Amino acid sequence: MAAITMFEKIWNRHVVVEEEGEVLLYVDRALIHEGSSHAFAALERQGRSIACPQQVFAHTDHYVPTTGRDRGIEGISVPEIRNMVKLLNANTAKHGVHLFGFDDPRQGILHIVPPEQGITQPGLIIAGADSHTSTHGAFGCIAFGMGASDMMHVMATQATWQRKPKTMRITVEGALGFGVSAKDVILFIIARISAQGGVGHAIEYAGTVFRSMSMEERMTVCNMSIEGGARAGMVAPDETTYAYMEGLPWAPHGTRWRDALAVWTALPTDMQAEFDREVTLVGDEITPMVSWGTNPEQSLPVTSCVPDPRDARDERQRGEYAQALDYIGIAPGTPISDIRIDRVFIGSCTNGRIEDIRAAAAVARLGKAKVPAWVVPGSQTVKRTAEREGLDKILKSAGFEWREPGCSLCTAINGDQLQPGERCASTSNRNFRGRQGTGSRTHLVSPAMAAAAAIHGRFVDVREILKGI
Amino acid sequence: MQPFTTLTAIAAPIDEANIDTNQLCPTRFNKVPRGPEHAQILFHDRRFNPDGTEKEHLLNVEPFRLAKIIVADRNWGCGSSRESAVYALYEFGIRCVIAPSFADIHANNCAKNGLLPVVLSETECADIRRQLREVPGASVSVDLAAQTVRGPTGETYGFEIHPVRKKCLLEGLDDISRTLQYRDKVEAFVSVYRTERLWLYQDPA
Repeated sequence: MAAITMFEKIWNRHVVVEEEGEVLLYVDRALIHEGSSHAFAALERQGRSIACPQQVFAHTDHYVPTTGRDRGIEGISVPEIRNMVKLLNANTAKHGVHLFGFDDPRQGILHIVPPEQGITQPGLIIAGADSHTSTHGAFGCIAFGMGASDMMHVMATQATWQRKPKTMRITVEGALGFGVSAKDVILFIIARISAQGGVGHAIEYAGTVFRSMSMEERMTVCNMSIEGGARAGMVAPDETTYAYMEGLPWAPHGTRWRDALAVWTALPTDMQAEFDREVTLVGDEITPMVSWGTNPEQSLPVTSCVPDPRDARDERQRGEYAQALDYIGIAPGTPISDIRIDRVFIGSCTNGRIEDIRAAAAVARLGKAKVPAWVVPGSQTVKRTAEREGLDKILKSAGFEWREPGCSLCTAINGDQLQPGERCASTSNRNFRGRQGTGSRTHLVSPAMAAAAAIHGRFVDVREILKGI
Repeated sequence: MQPFTTLTAIAAPIDEANIDTNQLCPTRFNKVPRGPEHAQILFHDRRFNPDGTEKEHLLNVEPFRLAKIIVADRNWGCGSSRESAVYALYEFGIRCVIAPSFADIHANNCAKNGLLPVVLSETECADIRRQLREVPGASVSVDLAAQTVRGPTGETYGFEIHPVRKKCLLEGLDDISRTLQYRDKVEAFVSVYRTERLWLYQDPA
């Protein structure tokens, strides 16, 4: 049998039928949120029902407030936001799909809860109504985001028409240096391959750096595959994956765990398999990163200076640099460590997991926040675990604000937002213009770097801070 | 879905690369049900001041207010999967975007709503954009069946498109009708797949 990639093994097993180069793929799990109201509306218009409601998982995350939750849904002050939360309740009740809702002790972000619950598993096809669905590929499955029309189709048929993407392997060998995180790895990769480098491709992350990562770290990497243009990113399942999953509510139990393992262990890419594109990077060269512009590819090591348009390689790049610097409000050539910030946000589907909170707390305990700094756990499970470990107390005594789980300042539609012109060190995934509120300025960093920025009021190399302890 | 066959219309040149879907539809408008008000949402925060007055923006200027085609730069539509970005384009009147590359999800969303994404090379897009700036209000013609774009100066460019996407756009077909033809195959698939992977269908512990 020909050697094939993990992506192809999973893809091939899910092909129902092929038609002129498009395939109808069976979908194992569909993930939705309040914003899937457009997909439900389309179902209604066409008078359709959900084919397999047990395979659809809904999450209250994008619109949920991160304070004042004790007042319940009716306590959400803005009617349009409150209605989005209520609409999801109504739609999921009507169609009988799983809901991790407002009051659920498992509530959280749609890319954090399914892995915690064992809903995300190796070998699956997962379709999500959100571009960061790529996160779930950390378990060795094909997971990708889609718009409302495609999600409506998945809900109505439990299948999706797709064209097979090309495959791309990003191998990072070596080891990460002290104080370098998974977030730095993915920002480094995007800076190398560009924001469109992965367009039309599914990425497999391979090499010692990813093999030695925890599941949380792998999720951070796969999460931002979309910022590199790829709809899907994946890491082969291994002992780390199985250890993380065993005993989770939706994970296979009893003799079925063994049945599942037999399938999962056959998933990794065959030795001789070929990828359409190979990228190889050295882990030891990666340092803490900070985005300086308005696109995630505009990221640099914290030790460098933002570019000067005069040094651009051509007219086109000169224009891009100038536009980005103008929006972000930084003079050309400014050292990144001279950039002062107004706010800090630690959270999101990229960096709202327990290890992220631990990393932030480890730095926060060394000082006091000089600027408003929010910590928003990715789920109630993360929040409870952090509180059990006393991380909330460490963060609060360092002046950080400990909030309720949700997407919060990453997508800025629940009422949490920056004021025009405010500059935020953020562990989220997008530094687009206005992403954190109209006129907001975002710098993407790791949780440790964000916490360090909070206690210094500007960007600092977290390695310097951690060296002393 | 409205079919897309041919289109001759005013084209607006947008020079910036990596236009993300947050620009096309700022996130706070995602909750707006699809409707005519999406015309105002397109590029909202670049077109309007907080008080609702217009900013300086190409799409606020005659003749580009009437544009049905946008000629853009690389990685158009990157970022969030929000389909509201397509509703905004569509309600403004845009039926075709020509760019050197598109983000995958956004290109799909366009096609599923009858808006044609056309890929031409970076140089071709840059040439057309320059011509459109030189003669504001000039028309571009797109013929989907022939897979050609005719620029303002009459130069014709061929483009590639997947045959299924082409057929669906030409005929205004939606995916569900295609899928329903294969209902038996889906059922046959599921009956085998389920027995192989029983653990996927068990209740949570």
